[in-house]
Amino acid sequence: MAATTERIPHVIPSSSAYHENKLVSWLSVVDHKRIAQLYLLAGLLFFLTGGVEAFIMRLQLAHPNGHVVSAVLFNQLFTMHGTTMIFLAIMPMLIGFVNAVLPLQIGARDVAYPRLNALSFWLFLAGGLLLNSSWFLGGAPNAGWFNYVPISNPPYSPGLGVDFYDIGLQIAGIGTLMTGINFLVTLVNLRAPGMRLMRLPMFTWTVLVTMVLILFAFPPLTVTLFLQTFERLFGAQFFSVAAGGNPLLWSNMFWIFGHPEVYILILPAFGIISEVVPVFSRKPLFGYTSMVLATLAIGFLSFMVWVHHMFTLGYGPFVNSIFALTSMMIAIPTGVKVFNWLATMWGGQIRFTTSMLWAIGFLFCFVLGGMSGVMLAIAPADLQYNNSYFVVAHFHYVLIGGTLFALFAGIYYWFPKMTGRMLSERLGKWNFWLTLIGFNITFFPMHFLGLMGMPRRIYTYAPGNGFTFWNEVSTFGVFILAAGVLLFVVNLFTSLQRGEKAVADPWDGRSLEWSISSPAPAYNFAKIPLVRGADPFWLEKMHGNGRMLPAPGQEHHHGPPNTVHMPRPTMIPLIIAAALLILGYGFIYHALVVEILGFLVLVVGLHRSMFTPDPGEYVPIEEEPAEEVGADG
Amino acid sequence: MANPAVTAPHAGAQVEGALEPVDNAVLGLWIWLSAEAVFFASLIGTYLLMRTHTNHGLTPKQVFDLPVTLVGTLTLLASSMTFAIGYAQLRAGRLARFRTWLVVTVILGLGFLSFQAFEFTGDYKRGLTLSSSPFGSAFFTLTGFHGMHVAFGIFWLVSLLVYSFRPAFKTEGVTKAQVAGLYWHFVDVVWVVIFSVVYLLGKVG
Repeated sequence: MAATTERIPHVIPSSSAYHENKLVSWLSVVDHKRIAQLYLLAGLLFFLTGGVEAFIMRLQLAHPNGHVVSAVLFNQLFTMHGTTMIFLAIMPMLIGFVNAVLPLQIGARDVAYPRLNALSFWLFLAGGLLLNSSWFLGGAPNAGWFNYVPISNPPYSPGLGVDFYDIGLQIAGIGTLMTGINFLVTLVNLRAPGMRLMRLPMFTWTVLVTMVLILFAFPPLTVTLFLQTFERLFGAQFFSVAAGGNPLLWSNMFWIFGHPEVYILILPAFGIISEVVPVFSRKPLFGYTSMVLATLAIGFLSFMVWVHHMFTLGYGPFVNSIFALTSMMIAIPTGVKVFNWLATMWGGQIRFTTSMLWAIGFLFCFVLGGMSGVMLAIAPADLQYNNSYFVVAHFHYVLIGGTLFALFAGIYYWFPKMTGRMLSERLGKWNFWLTLIGFNITFFPMHFLGLMGMPRRIYTYAPGNGFTFWNEVSTFGVFILAAGVLLFVVNLFTSLQRGEKAVADPWDGRSLEWSISSPAPAYNFAKIPLVRGADPFWLEKMHGNGRMLPAPGQEHHHGPPNTVHMPRPTMIPLIIAAALLILGYGFIYHALVVEILGFLVLVVGLHRSMFTPDPGEYVPIEEEPAEEVGADG
Repeated sequence: MANPAVTAPHAGAQVEGALEPVDNAVLGLWIWLSAEAVFFASLIGTYLLMRTHTNHGLTPKQVFDLPVTLVGTLTLLASSMTFAIGYAQLRAGRLARFRTWLVVTVILGLGFLSFQAFEFTGDYKRGLTLSSSPFGSAFFTLTGFHGMHVAFGIFWLVSLLVYSFRPAFKTEGVTKAQVAGLYWHFVDVVWVVIFSVVYLLGKVG
């Protein structure tokens, strides 16, 4: 509110209770950097959960006629593995990076709506907990991560599992939508003076496009989840053929969301690679403008391709051809990006840090996944690949070899800024090579298995099928992959305790986040920086005195001197998320009292969040340690 | 929800000679409404797919009563007008008149909800329910979600009315009212589309 800057908060009652008690301070958190840590930690825990699910499935498939789990449990495992990894692990970890880095990269002190930001996190956590509680409440959802009807309709999925899926994803999805709105406003309104759109760091650009995708892709998911909830809980007739419903409605609505969703998962990963490669090649990003245009093109095309998930549903050659063409078109801007990364490295002074190794690993594995993607886009050939392990191989190459590798590149790169300590490079290299080798041994054979005709989602196969050898190889690989991932967890916790202290600019970075101390202070920037060009911090190191100049006319609060006016911690977001969690359980169990309770808590929470003014609080500016600029890691 | 500390760098945009900065709350609301538009588009698409799937039961032609719906529609449209008048009064500094028009708006909103309750109970008596046919499911889901948006809008306007008695309203009242108004007008516009696509098309098409 522009007008409120003139309002003088004469007396601000002490909010110290929120800072003294550790638990309370986390529950009432509004600082984007701490919210980022919550996202990354919760995302990592869900990632390990999804990893254990995958591990059990690989054990089951190691030999023909496996007896590790039953068919029923196997269905729950692959459903929860996919749902968890996409909605509760990869996406939250990406949003964690967005929270940790984006406000720093644009020179802002927080996001546009700090409380809404906290609400987004608590909603994601509430949805994730509700979904996973189904394991203990009668069985997890078992209709696959895209939950097709009619198999997810009451007659064929009589348990509560699918209800947990619908309502858990609904709650988490609302949180994601709020994140989209929040960061779009942040990107439009809170850029530091001089940070024009065409000076935005590439990570920030990809996030901008990702948030637009979230904004337009999540409402169809919201709607179709509601339709299914109404069908299952209140007897509506959208999908059941007997009453004249149409199962294709779900498939289309889900993929109208689902295809942009996979670009929501990959675009920020592109952004991370675009940050890491220039810094460790000591060159500006090659083809910045073409990178921006390629990102926009991918974002646009991602809404034009959803039918390629349904080539076998019988829409006919005309519709299939159109969607095959649009799908293949995406390879063009993606190729532009790949060549730009290569050209950035060309002639650069490359430093093979762990982060850079992940970025190079990303290039190899992601391009492989892209190639199999183009193969799948050939509609007539897709009739052969469809529902086979070839598809499984493809999307693991883009989701692990693409997004997960980029997440690893990002964590090794930004960990110093987030925690003030360095991750161990020695352990990091073991982490990288084990994961890379294990990943390829696990998933490359799946291409062969798919071409040999092994369908996905079967819980076992016969010895005579000819699938045994490559399944054994694949399961062998998953042990190496698991060791690589566990080494990362070890690295994370040992480095948090004993890691080398990080200087402000350990990598000789180019963007604004490296111009402030590590870890970043609560207010990020003691003085809002003036951005004089692209790669603003590099520019000051080359042509200035190595420090950002303060932007004129930015400080006009009326508090004590040498302080920054920051939002106050509050528990309201937590209360709203808890209300939705209560409501969710109420609906699943048809418990009217619980529903009413959840609704009342929701109304109170919403009212307080909308009409309780935030007086903010004054955070004192710390003395900045001099002369640590330009140090090289 | 916007925070003054975080809003401060606004001024930077002016340094660049960019457009007049839009308040965080107003911009965020516009962006939210664009997501809401996709939400209703998905529901309307679902309805268009399902409106002929009547499961050998009641058809749109048999169910809809245009004169009654027209009264409800005009009530809701009038509420947009009364809010706009009230908002103009607020901008002119006439707080008491703003409150009066706000009360009128809330009453008209409640009037629309009464129309919807009347319509729904009539439909149920005739045998069109959420589970009677895909048409019924899509009709009640679409119009029901719109009704919930109206109900939320009324909750919002009442909260705004209560808030207008607080001292802080003097400085941030116009923005708070502007944001609530944007939402209220949007919900009205959606009803215009629903009236055309559901009721008119149902009678004529």
